[in-house]
Amino acid sequence: MSDQAPPSAPSEPTKSAAGKDPSERVPAMQRLLDNPFLLLFLGVTMPTVFYIIWGIMELAQIPIAPQ
Amino acid sequence: MSVSTAEGALVGHDEKYRTCLDTGLKVYAKTETLIKVNAVAAVLFLAVGGLFGVLVALTRWPGVHLLPADLFYLVLTAHGAAVLLFWIIFFEVAILYFASSILLNCRLATPHFAWLGFLLMVGGSLLATVAVLQGESSVMFTSYVPMQAAPHFYLGLILFAVGALLACCVFFGTLVIAKEEQTYEGSVPLVTFGAITAAIIAVFTIASGAIILIPTFLWSIGYIAEIDTVTYKLVWWGMGHSSQQINVSAHVAVWYCIAALVLGAKPLSEKVSRTAFLLYILFLQLACAHHMLVEPGISSEWKVFNTSYALYLAVLGSLIHGMSIPGAVEAAQRRRGFTKGIFGWLRQAPWGNPAFSGFALSVVLFGFLGGISGVVLGTEQINILMHNTLYVPGHFHATVVAGTTLAFMAISYLVVPLIFQRDLVFKTIAKWQPYVFAIGVGGTSLFMMGAGTLGISRRHWDITFSDASLTFDVPGTAFLMLGLNGIFGLLAGVGGLMYILVIVGSILFGKRRDAEAVKANPIVAGGEAVSTYGSEGTLKLPGTITLVAVFFTAFVLYYFINWKFLSEVWPLS
Ligand SMILES: [Cu+2]
Repeated sequence: MSDQAPPSAPSEPTKSAAGKDPSERVPAMQRLLDNPFLLLFLGVTMPTVFYIIWGIMELAQIPIAPQ
Repeated sequence: MSVSTAEGALVGHDEKYRTCLDTGLKVYAKTETLIKVNAVAAVLFLAVGGLFGVLVALTRWPGVHLLPADLFYLVLTAHGAAVLLFWIIFFEVAILYFASSILLNCRLATPHFAWLGFLLMVGGSLLATVAVLQGESSVMFTSYVPMQAAPHFYLGLILFAVGALLACCVFFGTLVIAKEEQTYEGSVPLVTFGAITAAIIAVFTIASGAIILIPTFLWSIGYIAEIDTVTYKLVWWGMGHSSQQINVSAHVAVWYCIAALVLGAKPLSEKVSRTAFLLYILFLQLACAHHMLVEPGISSEWKVFNTSYALYLAVLGSLIHGMSIPGAVEAAQRRRGFTKGIFGWLRQAPWGNPAFSGFALSVVLFGFLGGISGVVLGTEQINILMHNTLYVPGHFHATVVAGTTLAFMAISYLVVPLIFQRDLVFKTIAKWQPYVFAIGVGGTSLFMMGAGTLGISRRHWDITFSDASLTFDVPGTAFLMLGLNGIFGLLAGVGGLMYILVIVGSILFGKRRDAEAVKANPIVAGGEAVSTYGSEGTLKLPGTITLVAVFFTAFVLYYFINWKFLSEVWPLS
């Protein structure tokens, strides 16, 4: 069973998902779902970019009322 | 089992655990204690916050109008903080520890940090509560600047948030340990995945809270001259709204958990349910923007992208869970032999078990009342019909109370026997509790939404605006709605009291659940479905498909009725 590991071994290999059979390539979607820290990155980036940063950029463009 | 203890000893972590007699799952002693203390803190805040809620409802009832204005705003602020933040987040920390350490068969990472987090949360929540009760911080849950609370109000919230962040770190740390020590095979169980979703949203929530509350605290002690009001509102809702999305993710995980524990139900498809959680992770938090829908100075592109295009993808996630969960129950029931007709599986479900009935009522009320009204509120055009009216509290009582709180109450009926190892006392009260609470909360949600549709503003002590220069003619029906809201609020209060009675009574006086009790009175179908990866893999679900069709009809009808209303608000002829 000591199969040659998938040629382009990514930084943190895919042992998590398929578990037993390392020769079977784990689909990209499953690798995403099995990586909580990648999910954490996405889950924080999405609202930060689309809600907070975009929102604050719009607020910053409101002209100050003349005194 | 002995293997993993040996491995634990190898790396210097020979931790004590017991094997749960009901589920066969490993329960580490340190995890167990932390789950207990967090759950107890949660329940105490629910008791206090629920009482405040009843006082609010009785003040809103025009015939009673219980509290004077200043006390009303104080109590409303305390109600929001105690239940919306403290009850729910303490309970969620307990869920995070359960979903990581117990479901993954793994010791908890850095238990002393978990304790530090707990102490910070207790200290912070008490500090903020005291600040509110002292009367100088009646700024509502939203605490919009330039209204200013006492400094220790903000400080309390910040400490609480830091504690919650530590709990999230312990949760993620436990995931890492479980993976390294290979305490589970393949992917994490679905309930753990739901908890991961909740923890991710919690990190964004807490970060937004820190970004806005730390400067606000400095402003309250005079180090910062001014906080921009709109920026405050924008970032604050990054916390305020997202915290409700933690709840959604957590209670969906709890739904799957109860279905798995009580009936041995597995999700219809692991892949589909996980994808639905992924949609939450990516899009659910963007709906914070619905609070900014009438804010001038922000473009429609930003509003519509965040609340519509992106939110609908998250709603799709909820629709998937909304089909998958009753579907899982139906599939499990049919597997167990309840196959008669379209709804035989539903009629034969364990309706006398409060864990199940609470779960089922929570799913229905969350979907029909909370879900549909949420989509209506999140649509920029029809939002204007009820923006900042009592409709909004109506909506979020359907999501957070009928949805989250009821789901957490339901799982408490499993936590007490499985974690506290006590049999329930007052079984008859326990049996009726979910129904009483669900009818009460369902009623308040519905009648608040009704009053809001008629133009009653949220938060305001004097709904008639009797001393305002611009008067508002309140329709008589609105008074009726608010009276009914008061009556159903009382009923919800009774339901809450029943819950506290059963849970506290069982923890203190319940019979110790030993091997004999487990045999005589089994309460779960086993621990396999909840702790492993696996799908039902069937779509032969005529009952669920019928229910989903009913839901869609209600959804579409109500959505379009609101567009019709809108056309009447602005006659174009
Ligand atoms: Cu919101």
